[in-house]
Amino acid sequence: MAKVWVLAESAGGKVSSLSLELLTKARELGDTVEAVAWGADTASIAGDLGAHGASTVHDLGDLGTSLPGVSVAAAIAAAIEAGTGPDILLVGQSYDGRDVAGRLSAKLDKPVLTNVVGLAAGEPPVASHAIFGGATIVEATFTGSAPFIYAVRPKSFAAEPSGGSATVAPLSVPETGATNAATVVDRHVEERSGPQLDEAAVVVSGGRGLGEAANYAMIEELAKLLKGAPGASRAIVDAGWVPYAYQVGQTGKTVKPTLYIAAGISGATQHMVGMKGSKNIIAINKDQEAPILQIADLGIVGDVHKVLPQLIEALKARS
Amino acid sequence: MIGNAGDMNVVVCVKQIPDPANPGSLDANNNLDRSSKLIIDDSDMYGVEMALQLVHAAGSGEVSLVSMAPNGETAGLRTALAMGAEKAVLVSDDTLKGSDALGTAKVLAAAIKRIEGADLILAATESSDGYTGTTPVQVAEILGLPSVTFAKHIEVDGSTVKVQRQTEAGYDEVTCPLPALVTVTAGVVEPRYPSFKGIMAAKGKPLDQVTVADLGIDAAQVGGDGAGQKITNVTAAEARKAGEVVVDEGDAFQKIVAFLDQLKVI
Ligand SMILES: Cc1cc2nc3c(=O)[nH]c(=O)nc-3n(C[C@H](O)[C@H](O)[C@H](O)COP(=O)(O)OP(=O)(O)OC[C@H]3O[C@@H](n4cnc5c(N)ncnc54)[C@H](O)[C@@H]3O)c2cc1C
Repeated sequence: MAKVWVLAESAGGKVSSLSLELLTKARELGDTVEAVAWGADTASIAGDLGAHGASTVHDLGDLGTSLPGVSVAAAIAAAIEAGTGPDILLVGQSYDGRDVAGRLSAKLDKPVLTNVVGLAAGEPPVASHAIFGGATIVEATFTGSAPFIYAVRPKSFAAEPSGGSATVAPLSVPETGATNAATVVDRHVEERSGPQLDEAAVVVSGGRGLGEAANYAMIEELAKLLKGAPGASRAIVDAGWVPYAYQVGQTGKTVKPTLYIAAGISGATQHMVGMKGSKNIIAINKDQEAPILQIADLGIVGDVHKVLPQLIEALKARS
Repeated sequence: MIGNAGDMNVVVCVKQIPDPANPGSLDANNNLDRSSKLIIDDSDMYGVEMALQLVHAAGSGEVSLVSMAPNGETAGLRTALAMGAEKAVLVSDDTLKGSDALGTAKVLAAAIKRIEGADLILAATESSDGYTGTTPVQVAEILGLPSVTFAKHIEVDGSTVKVQRQTEAGYDEVTCPLPALVTVTAGVVEPRYPSFKGIMAAKGKPLDQVTVADLGIDAAQVGGDGAGQKITNVTAAEARKAGEVVVDEGDAFQKIVAFLDQLKVI
């Protein structure tokens, strides 16, 4: 049966939840599951990777100031050429994951199935994709030979530990030359307090219907009262009201909270694809025809400038 | 690949897509239906604008476009030429129908090679209709160039491009020697509207239409046959049913509070 490699991304000594989701799924797709990791301290994440199903962690070591895409793709390609690589490679549809998939695909002359939201075992595995804002599900697979590369969207699978452990084995990065010339000279972290947007149990998002940037404070206040995270539609990210890290949707974060509140958001397909999986949805929109009201469990046809302050007052009165 | 010293030559990959305002559909072969009039992908307007600004800042050089589209479609390219780009290469060929991202990258890379002296290649992080988001990096690999994806700010300083690259946590400042490929996010700049003068001028600008054979690409490498992937099933997703819709009469917030109570989030 197949050997599956999973791209294990980590930050600050913590494996990304997306990578753990992929490891969990990988256990259904092949009999050997291994991870590919890089960074200054790979040993510290090997435990978590092993616990989620990786038997080996192929460690590229510290890539220094280079962007990971070129080096990671080169190392995987070299392993494949040496006959020690995977039959199936799962990468997350993340910034670096997409770089790795694109580089590797062109290097090996193999296609990639991207925006995968489901995978069913098979030779090769069949991927599902949500298109037209999630209204249609397309299943697709490869017609050629291995290796098969899949780029998977976050939150497509649940991460569940298997209780295993992993051994760490070094994997060398071949000479990459001119393609690897991009250098990170500085890293900026945008501070935000409270739970992470893609991990919060409650997400409160605001859109253009808020009218102006200052009104976003109502979204932050409501999120805080509900111990949730504030989010946003792309319209107000593009307008510069909030940083990109707040964006929910196709080109932003995928969220699946217990409760999603959309205030002044129309419900464009590209927004919905990022929040449709929420357990419960409350929408406040002054337009009865707004698409978001068609998927809301509780839809309020009303003005955010009236409803939000009243709601905030009521919640404050109770706490 | 570097052109004359001091010149800044930028090539922008431009996709021409069905108007996203209309609901999309699949054709008989389960490809996205592209038979309607195509327009420039909004996501590429940012690349075109960025390119124009970089050339302007450098003082000399030009912006060229490359596009792959069915039926000799030029409407989207004309929009970008009207914004100020100087010339375009359009690859249009029936054998390209059903191409996947890698096939498209092979075509775009070959088209870019037709343009002399490209210092910088810009593309959107992903197209609005297909959004695989791998094509630009595949182009870079085929051309042997470094790449920086997800740029939210770009500056060129001599023979170096400086990029603010979006990350999960914020952004990284990345520098890269030219020539290089950079993908831009929406909002990196505010695209200009083509002026009337620009629209008139665009009509006379060079638009080189080529075929797969002209590019020296083996037709088996591209199109549906070269794609190496196939659709096995298409189904309607389970629809999320609408719940209760209440018109606010001044007390709708109480409905919300009751709902929150029921969910035990308060
Ligand atoms: C390739 C691509 C990718 C995209 N990716 C994303 C993405 O990741 N995330 C995303 O969100 N979008 C994305 N978009 C953009 C998307 O198509 C929409 O443009 C965007 O989601 C609209 O944001 P909005 O709902 O805030 O604004 P609008 O669509 O302008 O809606 C504002 C809503 O507010 C309501 N409103 C106005 N005033 C009030 C009031 N006083 N009280 C209550 N309601 C009010 C209006 O009725 C309206 O429904 C993408 C688009 C493209 C082309």
